Amino acid sequence: MSHHHGDSSIAGGEFLFTQILLALPFIVGLVVYGTALYISKKKKREWSLSRSILWTVGSLLGLASVSGPLAQSALTDFTAHMAGHLLLGMLAPLLMVLAAPMTLVLRALPVKAAKRLTKLLRTWPVRIVTDPLVASLLNVGGLWLLYTTNVYALMHQSLWLHIFIHLHVFIAGYLFTVSMIYIDPVPHRKSYLYRAIVLIAALAGHGILSKYIYGSPPEGVPAEQAEAGGMLMYYGGDAIDLVIIFILCLHWYRAARPRTLKENTNYQTV
Amino acid sequence: MANRYSYLSRNLWSGFLFGVGIVAFLDETLFHQLLHWHHFYDQSTTNVGLVSDGFFHAFSWFATIAGLFLFADLRRRQALWMKRWWGGILLGAGAFQLYDGIIQHKLMRIHQIRYVDHVIIYDIVWNVIALIMIIIGTVLLVQTRRKAKVETKV
Repeated sequence: MSHHHGDSSIAGGEFLFTQILLALPFIVGLVVYGTALYISKKKKREWSLSRSILWTVGSLLGLASVSGPLAQSALTDFTAHMAGHLLLGMLAPLLMVLAAPMTLVLRALPVKAAKRLTKLLRTWPVRIVTDPLVASLLNVGGLWLLYTTNVYALMHQSLWLHIFIHLHVFIAGYLFTVSMIYIDPVPHRKSYLYRAIVLIAALAGHGILSKYIYGSPPEGVPAEQAEAGGMLMYYGGDAIDLVIIFILCLHWYRAARPRTLKENTNYQTV
Repeated sequence: MANRYSYLSRNLWSGFLFGVGIVAFLDETLFHQLLHWHHFYDQSTTNVGLVSDGFFHAFSWFATIAGLFLFADLRRRQALWMKRWWGGILLGAGAFQLYDGIIQHKLMRIHQIRYVDHVIIYDIVWNVIALIMIIIGTVLLVQTRRKAKVETKV
């Protein structure tokens, strides 16, 4: 683990700068959401409290993963690093997606600006990065690169690589979540079956990587930390993916409801 | 319940998916977490074993939930046929357990049932139970299919 404490590793003031820089997007996000909520309320439009809570908790978890004590111990402890990544790449994005930020912003914006934003969401680059397959490759593929090459070790020496990777983990996690479950308006909708198949494949890629890390620790990571970290990644990932699977299936179930069924039919088992 | 004859395969699939899911869930909770017989990772695991394990784990996780939503769907369509659903469960559970017991444990060596000398006894019990589930499941499925054929012909 010498490189963690060597001359070239990120330390002290440099790391403080990194923490502040990575915390900024979440703080901006909180301010934007709050402002949009304020404008929307002024327009007398209701917004459920649970969505605001989801956004706040998601942002706070994101903040906790990139700054403060958890981020500090993640520099030297792989298990802490993995806990941070679960928050940053999976749980925070999931909660924030469930908060429907795009819907709120579209409500708050003046009609003209809202139309422009919708137009932007319809463009081909957005279409590509929110395709489940592309988003999964960005997400899980990025993790494979990080943990099976020397990128993980390099990340602890380069400030900018550290920042880039953490931003990537969050953005890829967010894109992955929006590509699988449709909470906000989605211009390029994909079929439930396609999303289900890609979701299973992505989950598999995540699980395989967790066990691979358990058996072959990344450069500079002691075996027992890799084992604990790998197991945390495996089971933590399962728990969060369970929510994504449930929501995807729930939407599928609702969309497939029989249209001819009368409202007050008595449900009966055989 | 005439509806159930129009949803024969959905009854089968709902059960099959839930069966795969529940046996994988039991494998995880009972053999990995409670008994600690199975190991999370075994140094003799082949790469293909790791991949197979990953895909089956992911699939079974999805299948548990999807199978239950299909169950709810059959109920709201008044098309649930419990006997056929159980046939699907036993077939799915047996098929997964047999795959796990022969291909994953033995050929791909992802891990053994238990780390003891006479593991062969565990293997035999494991796979025989899987076969029994497959046989009973198939019988139930054939019976219900026959009944559906007779009933819908009239």
